[in-house]
Amino acid sequence: MNWSQAELVAAAYGVVFVFVLVYVAIIAAKLVRLQRETTELLALARGREAAVRRGAASAAEAPGEA
Amino acid sequence: MSTSLIRTLPGLAALAAGLMGLAIVLALIVAPEDADQGISQRIFYIHVPIALTAYFCFGLGAWKALLLLWRGDERYDLESYVAIHQGTIFGALTLITGSIWARASWDVWWTWSSNQLVLFLVLFLFYCAYFMLRFSLEEGARRARSSAVYALFGVVLIPISFLAIRLAEDFIHPTVFTREGPQMTGTMFATFCVSWAALTLLAYVLYRVELAGKRLDADLRELREVLL
Repeated sequence: MNWSQAELVAAAYGVVFVFVLVYVAIIAAKLVRLQRETTELLALARGREAAVRRGAASAAEAPGEA
Repeated sequence: MSTSLIRTLPGLAALAAGLMGLAIVLALIVAPEDADQGISQRIFYIHVPIALTAYFCFGLGAWKALLLLWRGDERYDLESYVAIHQGTIFGALTLITGSIWARASWDVWWTWSSNQLVLFLVLFLFYCAYFMLRFSLEEGARRARSSAVYALFGVVLIPISFLAIRLAEDFIHPTVFTREGPQMTGTMFATFCVSWAALTLLAYVLYRVELAGKRLDADLRELREVLL
């Protein structure tokens, strides 16, 4: 295949641009995953906190009932 | 300290993007056309800075590896790994842009007769094997130490690869920087310097972003273990 010099110059710069773009896309995908994991862990921590509060409230009510 | 570095990251990223834009304008529009090579010489402004950035990243990885072995602080293991990862990315780009430049200048995609090319390929493959070694070992102090020792061995190849162009007998690969200074006009040299600064800063920003992501990942993994 015959490549003109201008096409080869464009290809060299284009390759670098595509590499940077792919890198940014990979980092973006990773950020989305980390955000999802953070949301899951936050929901888990909140659920635990609510369970602890419910346990403390029922423990406080129990002596009165007895 | 890490918080202040993360805060400065968007500013550095914006500066890197601005410098990259300026470098592309200077390289493709402002810099005069080379009388000998013509338009294909414009690849020089991206190929050589990328190669120098790859050397810098490999050197940084070796320096962090040395710090790990010297001080025993585990954070240097991740820093060394990320720097070598960046170096490998820039190394791959060096080989690709160099191959395109070879096609434009010498009419071949690759030649085994140039010591500079072959030694850079050896350096690149050596650091590719770093990942094979690292991921074949269990995570822990042993893996960190083995990876650090390997990274330090690789640094020996950097000056050999860098100086190969001067040691080579074929002289097929052009020598631009001699003892008499850069063999180019002032505008060409300024374009080269801007491009080098832009790519070094880009590599540093990517290094910091990747490091922050990996540390966040590790923190989340630890938090998951605590909660579950």
